[in-house]
Amino acid sequence: MNRVSPTKARARLGDGRAIVPWWLFLPSVVPIVLFSVVPLLQGIYLGFTDYTLGAERARFVGLDNFARMLGDAAFWSSFRIGFIWTFSVTLGVLVLGMTLAMLLNARLPFQGLARVLVLIPWAIPPVIKGLMWRMVYHPSAGFLNQWLLGVGLIQFPINILSDFTWALPAVIAVGIWTGLPQATVVFLAGLQSIPDELKEAAMLDGAGSWHVFRHVTLPLMTPVIVATAALELMWNFNAFGLVYVLTEGGPAGSTKLPMLLAYEEAFSFGNIAYASALGLALVVVGGVLVYFVVRNQYAGAGAGRAG
Amino acid sequence: MRLGHRLRHRLARFGMSLLLLAFIAFLAFPIVWLTSTAFKPPGEIGLQNPALLPQQPTLDNFRVAVEENGVLRSAYNTLKISVLSAVLTLLVALPAAYLLARRRSRMNQAVTVWILVSQTFPLILIIVPLFLILSWLGLVNTHAGLVLVYVVWSLPFVLWMLQGYVRAIPVQLEEAAAVDGASPLDILARIILPLLLPGLIATGLYTFVNAWNEFFFALVMLKSPDLVTLQVSLARFRGIEGLARWGPLAAGSLIAIVPTLLVFALMQRRLVSGVLAGSVKE
Repeated sequence: MNRVSPTKARARLGDGRAIVPWWLFLPSVVPIVLFSVVPLLQGIYLGFTDYTLGAERARFVGLDNFARMLGDAAFWSSFRIGFIWTFSVTLGVLVLGMTLAMLLNARLPFQGLARVLVLIPWAIPPVIKGLMWRMVYHPSAGFLNQWLLGVGLIQFPINILSDFTWALPAVIAVGIWTGLPQATVVFLAGLQSIPDELKEAAMLDGAGSWHVFRHVTLPLMTPVIVATAALELMWNFNAFGLVYVLTEGGPAGSTKLPMLLAYEEAFSFGNIAYASALGLALVVVGGVLVYFVVRNQYAGAGAGRAG
Repeated sequence: MRLGHRLRHRLARFGMSLLLLAFIAFLAFPIVWLTSTAFKPPGEIGLQNPALLPQQPTLDNFRVAVEENGVLRSAYNTLKISVLSAVLTLLVALPAAYLLARRRSRMNQAVTVWILVSQTFPLILIIVPLFLILSWLGLVNTHAGLVLVYVVWSLPFVLWMLQGYVRAIPVQLEEAAAVDGASPLDILARIILPLLLPGLIATGLYTFVNAWNEFFFALVMLKSPDLVTLQVSLARFRGIEGLARWGPLAAGSLIAIVPTLLVFALMQRRLVSGVLAGSVKE
């Protein structure tokens, strides 16, 4: 047997900084580079060209696509809708998620059941979430209309998802429903890591429950909230599948999020270059959004700690 | 005074319980409605004031979904694609994950950066060039092409999960084996793999669920009706808006939820901790 001397073996595998053959990377890195780094770089480049589906070659046109964007009403409308959607869903998820997490942390009846139920929407694919809510919103077969009629709030069924006023709020409600489970789970874990003694000490000092929440719980939860907010902003700004299944951007573009506009430009009209430029605009705007949230909140956390 | 305090406390708890119930109703209701619709005969769907539960439950919707809408065919496609994606991702990721765990280097940072980048970039930027590359390779409108996309797309996060599991295995075990003359491949096959099995299963299930639920790539990459995945075929149901279609659509949707729901039930704790690791840094 070819026994290796201990020193040599240690040279190979010592102290967790072993000399492991570097080529073990190849099976992972080669596909990642070929099928996601390269296409991404190409996609970024396409944003600066005039490429359309089936064209012979792409001609570099500099910032023309972005100039066109500034004069494109569809672009402004989709980004405006994108902002409303992103902020409403994120805020809804944060506020409701925190409320629900605190309820789940408060030793109430049905708590075990509730903790399991909270997870279920999470397990459901976006397409099915969309279909499910179409069934809830449907004018004649949906539960919501029948309930509203029954209570007497409305006289005629509303086709909620085809209604110019109600489509966006209805879609936002589904967005919140979708994001709630994950945020709640993360918040609940954060709440459970806060020592009870801290709250009890504050209570002994005469603080009411609101004060405990405002001055003990919230500051300690800030990092978790910021992380969740940043992720939610990013995901929601780039959202596609859920709204595609719910409304396909309609009625009359009133729920056409930026990604739906880009998808339409690319695959209905073949304007690949313009769609890529839209994608780049999404990255830039989304990046700025997240940067401001993270920066402000960390500044806030710092001040909280100092105070 | 004391009594008043108690009463207030009780009232607060009662209010909170009511609020919790409202949350449960909001979260669970659409799922209850979907399930009930799946078992309702056509006549009961769309009645004014329909019952929450079907009066005469029927399995007919499932029969229609399978026979007329090819739900079984697309479920089989989805299963095949998801299983292949999970297995291939693990095979490809394992060597690199081992390297990441045992040899701290700049690659660790590179992987982290790539995870963040791939979360930030909208898929629209990548989909067209990827489509062109795959059509050049003749892989558009094939299951192999979609599997390739899923493997590449889940690799960064899978690498990160797996290297965590590897790091939990004491390096001394490997040192001992190396002293006895085992080659790196021997060490990987005989020592790391058996200890890593739970981690491999968790990571594999994560990839499986991702592939099973994915919609955007599948929508763009697969064109032939007999190749499409469950998500795409159910989304296409949508065009036909007649009430008669709701039952089979609900039945098909239930079929599409079952595997992910099972995985979630099995993996509840692990998935939760995985999300925590992903969203709250250390």
